[in-house]
Amino acid sequence: MIHNFQMGKPQKNKSVADKVRRTKATTEIQNNPFEVKINRKKFEVLGRKTKHDVGLPGVSRSKAIQKRKDTLLKEYKQKDKSNKFIDRRFGEYDTKMAPEDKILKRFALERQRTHDKKDIYNLNEEEELTHYGQSLAEIEKFNDAVDSDSDSEEKGLLSAELTASHFGGGGGLLRKKTPGERGNEGDQRAKSRQELIEELIIKSKQEKRARQNQKEESQELTEKLDQDWKSIQALLSKKPPKSAGDEDENKPKLEEYDKMVRELGFEMKAQPSEKMKSPEEVAREEKQRLQKQEADRLRRMQGDVDEGESKKQVHWSADDLNDGFILDKEDKRTLSYQDGKWNMEEELEKEEEEEEEEGDEEGDDEEGESGQEEESLSDAEEEEEDDEGSDEEEDSHSDLDSEPESEGDKELPAEPSSSLSEEERLAQQEAAKAELPYTFTAPESYSDLKSLIHGHSPEKQCLIVERIQKCNHPSLAVGNKLKLQKLFGFLLEYIGELATRSPPELSTVNKLIPQLYGLCQLFPDAACKAMQTMLNDSAHEMEEAIEVKGRASFPGLDMLVYLKITALLFPTSDFRHPVVTPALVYISQALTKCPVTTLEEVTSGLVLCCLALEYVTLSQRFIPELNNFLLGILHLAVPLKKTLDTEGYPVVPPFRRVGKNCDLLVISKAEGAESWSRKTLPLAGVQGLRLLTDVERDHYRLSSLATCLDLVKRCVLLYKSLPSFSVIFQPIRILLTKHLPAESFPAPIKDLHRETLESLSGAPALQPPLVFDKKKPIPLKLFTPKIVEVLDYGKKRGSSKQERERERLTHKYKKEFKGALREIRKDTKFLAREKLSEIMSRDSERKRKVKELFGSLATQEGEWKALKRRKK
Amino acid sequence: MVTVSTHANQYLQADKEKNVACAVNACNKLFCSMLKRGDLFVGQLPSEEDMLSADHSAEQKYRMFMRHRYNSCNDLLLELMHHESFQVKESALLTLMKFVTMEGKFPLLAVDWEEHYHFPRELLKAVVGQLLSDKEDMALLISRFQEFLEMEDVRYYVMGSISDSVVRVMEKAKGAVLPVYQGNVFLLTSSVSMPSQEAELSNFLVKQAAKQGDWKAAKLKEHKHAFERMWLCFLKYKLPSSMYKKVLVILHESILPHMSKPTLMIDFLTAAYDVGGAISLLALNGLFVLIHQHNLDYPDFYKKLYSLLEPSVFHVKYRARFFHLANIFLSSSHLPVYLVAAFAKRLSRLALTAPPAALLMVLPFICNLIRRHPSCRVLIHRPSASDEPCDDPYLMEVDDPAHCHALESSLWELQTLQKHYHPDVAKAAMAINKPLTEQEDEIDDLLELSAYELFERGLQQKEKQALPLEFEVATQLLQGSGGVLGAHFSLE
Repeated sequence: MIHNFQMGKPQKNKSVADKVRRTKATTEIQNNPFEVKINRKKFEVLGRKTKHDVGLPGVSRSKAIQKRKDTLLKEYKQKDKSNKFIDRRFGEYDTKMAPEDKILKRFALERQRTHDKKDIYNLNEEEELTHYGQSLAEIEKFNDAVDSDSDSEEKGLLSAELTASHFGGGGGLLRKKTPGERGNEGDQRAKSRQELIEELIIKSKQEKRARQNQKEESQELTEKLDQDWKSIQALLSKKPPKSAGDEDENKPKLEEYDKMVRELGFEMKAQPSEKMKSPEEVAREEKQRLQKQEADRLRRMQGDVDEGESKKQVHWSADDLNDGFILDKEDKRTLSYQDGKWNMEEELEKEEEEEEEEGDEEGDDEEGESGQEEESLSDAEEEEEDDEGSDEEEDSHSDLDSEPESEGDKELPAEPSSSLSEEERLAQQEAAKAELPYTFTAPESYSDLKSLIHGHSPEKQCLIVERIQKCNHPSLAVGNKLKLQKLFGFLLEYIGELATRSPPELSTVNKLIPQLYGLCQLFPDAACKAMQTMLNDSAHEMEEAIEVKGRASFPGLDMLVYLKITALLFPTSDFRHPVVTPALVYISQALTKCPVTTLEEVTSGLVLCCLALEYVTLSQRFIPELNNFLLGILHLAVPLKKTLDTEGYPVVPPFRRVGKNCDLLVISKAEGAESWSRKTLPLAGVQGLRLLTDVERDHYRLSSLATCLDLVKRCVLLYKSLPSFSVIFQPIRILLTKHLPAESFPAPIKDLHRETLESLSGAPALQPPLVFDKKKPIPLKLFTPKIVEVLDYGKKRGSSKQERERERLTHKYKKEFKGALREIRKDTKFLAREKLSEIMSRDSERKRKVKELFGSLATQEGEWKALKRRKK
Repeated sequence: MVTVSTHANQYLQADKEKNVACAVNACNKLFCSMLKRGDLFVGQLPSEEDMLSADHSAEQKYRMFMRHRYNSCNDLLLELMHHESFQVKESALLTLMKFVTMEGKFPLLAVDWEEHYHFPRELLKAVVGQLLSDKEDMALLISRFQEFLEMEDVRYYVMGSISDSVVRVMEKAKGAVLPVYQGNVFLLTSSVSMPSQEAELSNFLVKQAAKQGDWKAAKLKEHKHAFERMWLCFLKYKLPSSMYKKVLVILHESILPHMSKPTLMIDFLTAAYDVGGAISLLALNGLFVLIHQHNLDYPDFYKKLYSLLEPSVFHVKYRARFFHLANIFLSSSHLPVYLVAAFAKRLSRLALTAPPAALLMVLPFICNLIRRHPSCRVLIHRPSASDEPCDDPYLMEVDDPAHCHALESSLWELQTLQKHYHPDVAKAAMAINKPLTEQEDEIDDLLELSAYELFERGLQQKEKQALPLEFEVATQLLQGSGGVLGAHFSLE
């Protein structure tokens, strides 16, 4: 205590406070305003739970100091000491023993020790047995409590005894009993008290017995009453069904209703079956499907570039911060018309219908109370209505949604094949029955297919392919899909072979087109791949020829047919298409690299021109090669080229201004022109022409020329809207006006020539000078707050899971590091304090001792002096 | 020995190919060994009659006789270089070259003075004369001969012989074109590969006994002179147009650097540049080297370049080379605006007839021009007169870029090409809708783009979404998309 005084005030205060704290209960401390430190919060956040709003700095400090005293100080004191504290508790260092066993054994030992010491003479004392911490004896006491109803009364009356037995433990009873047993030795006062207690007990026992009796009586009475009632019940049973039913019905009915509600809730939603559609509906859907597909096609035609732009053009608010935030979703319906009707109306109708249904249901409910039969009947009705309603809803949705398209897609492939040959088949089958089997295995190789259809007429070949397709429908077996995909390739190859035969069997090819289309619809990817392979092979061949010779020969009829089929199977107007775009490049390559030396090649070139024109008819895209080629063909028909002035029009390769084969289309004799009549050219002309006489040759030349002029006319109409229209067609115009001998041609060609010139010679359209696209000004940044919808409170956003985890860990590490540092600092502080106090105490001790010594020496000196004086 | 040699010579004239081949081999061995042994007469050879009449020792006579046989053998071998069989031709050539080697080692000419360097010039000249036939294409034999041109001395003397031969033959032809002969000359001259440094001159067929370093054939300067003379002789005369192209293709790489005075080529190049068409395009390359490295000042160069821009520019084989050079010529920022504008406008006009591969190159080219010369921006952005539609003031026919009014025009052609069928071209043309970026487009990779590459690129394009299909049901071959094909063609 001495050193405590010297350690200064705060230290002392603290120790005093610690003492106070240790003695006081925690609640008392918590209520003490001087102990409590309230951490002020900046904002009150609703619904947030905080742990640290109230702190007890004193308590926690004293706790920490105490803990240090227990651990650190002990360690410190033990420092440099060789002796040891050994725990001699049973099994303390025995790791093999289970902790429970350890505890049990220790407990037993403890018991033994106490037993040995205290209760040597206490014979009656037994260990009290407990069950779940309750004395078994007491449990036995309450075991025969008769009725829970009367328990509370009993409790109140016997509270004294009860409390004694409950809370007094065994000792209380023991205390009561022991004086009784040792009654002889007790004094008067004790006797009187004992008597009092005995009286009390007797009294209470009497009361208890009385109450028990009473209760038994009443019980007997009720039993008797029950029996009496039973005897009477039989008499009453006839009358009451109504009243009893009334009572009972409420309950079961409600349950039934609940049950039904629940059942309805859990029941699978009824799947609406496909309703049979009326022809008008079918037609309307078909029309809508086509409209949608057309819109889709136009979108694809615009290509990716425009797509991006059109996406951007959503409504921008003036306050938009350009941060991609949209205040609310656009769930407003836009006004739209459908089949001349306002879409909103339909919806309104729908809502009304729903309301009506609801009303019906309510009515049904009311009716249901009156009778069960009616209810069941109306239930059935309701179900029917529901079905209808859902059907209608489905329909109205399907009008709006894209569902019919996919359905249509699925249906499509089957349609053409069946519809085409439906009538023919019946008649044909009769004849074919004897020969054609109904099932075919899918061909594994091209030769398989050939052997399957070899020797059959075109119609039968068609039928065979159709049957192969049906027998191996992908829904029938797993491998069928692959088989049919292969079939597409084989068919393509077969068509190529048909086209290369001489004479080409194009009518058979024509018959196979629907099959091909059907297969393509089924397996677009396989079809795309097969077509690409065909194109690639041919283009590669052409490329090699160009590399070697600098020019190539025109593609064969098979390639022309493939190119046409490409246009039939795939949309030619797409901005970019994996098949069509390469096909166009192929055509352009053929038109620029293949020199025209014979009439056959003129035919090939014209076919290619037709194809090129077909490819861009819808998209109105510009093909420079097409114009060049047509100009070249017309150039072939200009006589006397040598005398031409070079300024006329430029001739673009593969054509040459002058050279051999430059007069390929010049009419040799006038008679040819007179006897000519317009005919379509045969596609087979690509392979070889048999033109024996000059007149025939002239006829063919005129037909080619007519075709060429017509193509020019179509081109002119197609490209009318292009900004450089007049520049593009300038050479052709010069050629047509100045150089082509239109007078020598027969009338139809003259007409064509005139029409073409007319369409060409319109005044050159004036063009506004080019300017850049107007750029939308970037909006100024305004101070509208950015509102972000938060769904998960208290979580950091804007980073990935891993980043968050990492962040969390670094944060934790930092916290722990700081905490550890603080603890270490506190430890050293504590130790320093201890050391200081030790030194202090040592010093003061020494001072005290020195003082003592001085004191004793002084007394000694004094005594010695006194003695000396005395001697004197 | 005597009989053997005569027999061999007789067999050289035999009909059978096999016999001839054997005889060539025999002659080869026989005369080589005789040269080695010194059995051939050295010095001025008297004619055979004189030899008999004059009094010589028997041994002398034998040697003279053998020398005569050797000479006649050489004549026969030279004739055999025009044999039908390539085998025979080849072995004749090889044998002759073997003789050249042996003669170099054991000279047949009497050495008169000290400074003489012996080399069998006459024989080699005869061989070259035979190679440069005016009747037959000797391409194969010349390529066989190429290995001898690796030797410095052979090359040197061959170059001299070529010049002589060309002068002689072409003077005789009097300005007419001799395609076969000139073809052979070109093949031989173009197979001469010059060394670039003096130190590389180390591979000699004949080793000179003394003063190797002073020998003309060992000096690079002399080589260059001979090379230059050879080419100038060759190019002096009128060439067939295909030959022109061939010469121009290799001119800047394998001829100009090895000439001692490249400026001597100016006349040839300007003449070629004026020819027009592909030849002009090719001459551009040589001109570029002269302008760039030899300070050539070419008046109206750009005007000429401008007039070279024709529709065929996009279709010729040398497109990449031309545009590479045009890019270099037009990269200067000191060109007048009207000139650049004229080029841009003309190119875009021509683009209306170009194939897609060329378009992909020329569109960035035009954009680059506008980028380099910001005042050309009016071509694609003229906000001042945006409301007044006008006809195109540009005059395509005017050859002078200063008077073609290109600056008053706009590049409507590029706007047209935004509707081009090829998606990449359309996209490239879209670039003019927005202000151009600062960075120039890299066109070096696009120069060599071929249509086939473009085709393959289209095939490799991966579709992200499902493949679009035609929704119109196809039932017939000639149906659909306007039915253009069906209107003009029938199946049968």
